[in-house]
Amino acid sequence: MSAEGQGRSHWFDDEAGPVVRPYAMTRGRTTSAAQHRLDLIAVVVAESQADDPEADSTLSPEHVDIVDLCRDAPQSVAELSAELDLPIGVVRVLIGDLVDGEFVHVNRPVPPAELVDESILRDVINGLRAL
Amino acid sequence: MIFGRSERGKPPVEPVTLKILVAGGFGVGKTTLVGAVSEIRPLRTEELLTEAGRPVDDTSGVEGKRTTTVAMDFGRITLREDLVLYLFGTPGQERFWFMWDELSEGALGAVVLADTRRLEDCFAAVDYFERRSIPFLVGVNCFEGADRYPAEAIRQALDLDDGVPLLLCDARDRESVKEILIGVVQHAMAYQADRRQTVTT
Repeated sequence: MSAEGQGRSHWFDDEAGPVVRPYAMTRGRTTSAAQHRLDLIAVVVAESQADDPEADSTLSPEHVDIVDLCRDAPQSVAELSAELDLPIGVVRVLIGDLVDGEFVHVNRPVPPAELVDESILRDVINGLRAL
Repeated sequence: MIFGRSERGKPPVEPVTLKILVAGGFGVGKTTLVGAVSEIRPLRTEELLTEAGRPVDDTSGVEGKRTTTVAMDFGRITLREDLVLYLFGTPGQERFWFMWDELSEGALGAVVLADTRRLEDCFAAVDYFERRSIPFLVGVNCFEGADRYPAEAIRQALDLDDGVPLLLCDARDRESVKEILIGVVQHAMAYQADRRQTVTT
């Protein structure tokens, strides 16, 4: 393979993007059947009875990181994405795997069509005032 | 008390989560507003634009294509151990509208932040929330050195519906931002009460 034949433009350093392409971590999958459109504020909770994720050879280090973070405290999808510096879509797929493996469960926020309970709104107002 | 085991055995609190969106033009102070009340430094979450976001896979010209990143800054306010409010700054560029749909799903309401020197920058956001019936209020970020206008004049310039609250604010000031957020939730409450009435009658 000769270097000359490679075309005119080459990508160097940051131009070339991350060393591991983010979606390589999901083995190219961009959606997870069960977790499709998982909301950014859906909360991921570690199952206390789950096996050690590190012992599971099918899981990647990123999967293990998610479980570790959620063990400290339940985390929203947005927080996991920011904390692990991974695109939201990647995090969604990884969470889908962990739900399938029963390492975590997901609490979905109030469904869009449903109206939030008025007492919760009052609590929010009081909570904001007390800040 | 034995730490470790008993701590582990205690089920974690699984909070109810809510979100409020913060929209407005580029540089209007969205992230500043989020940072003024957030208990964490505003975090950034990103999504890559890949073929996944398109209805048809088109690989022509992909050799020269760079991945585009849509970034959203967000903050968190823990109101109670079991009640957490997230604030999301919406991506400013209009070509990322599709992310707004996802963000606004299930949102409690929205703040449209406006700068009187560039009022037109927030037209698109006002229009967006009006069309989707998402309760919102307009916060006019009073920048130093910008001319002050009476609220009524700004309201007219934005052609706001009477029901939409408009507040003057300082996005850097925690108390001011608290007022804005309380305003959004109060507006959302009134909005829902209206809606319930329409449903029952």
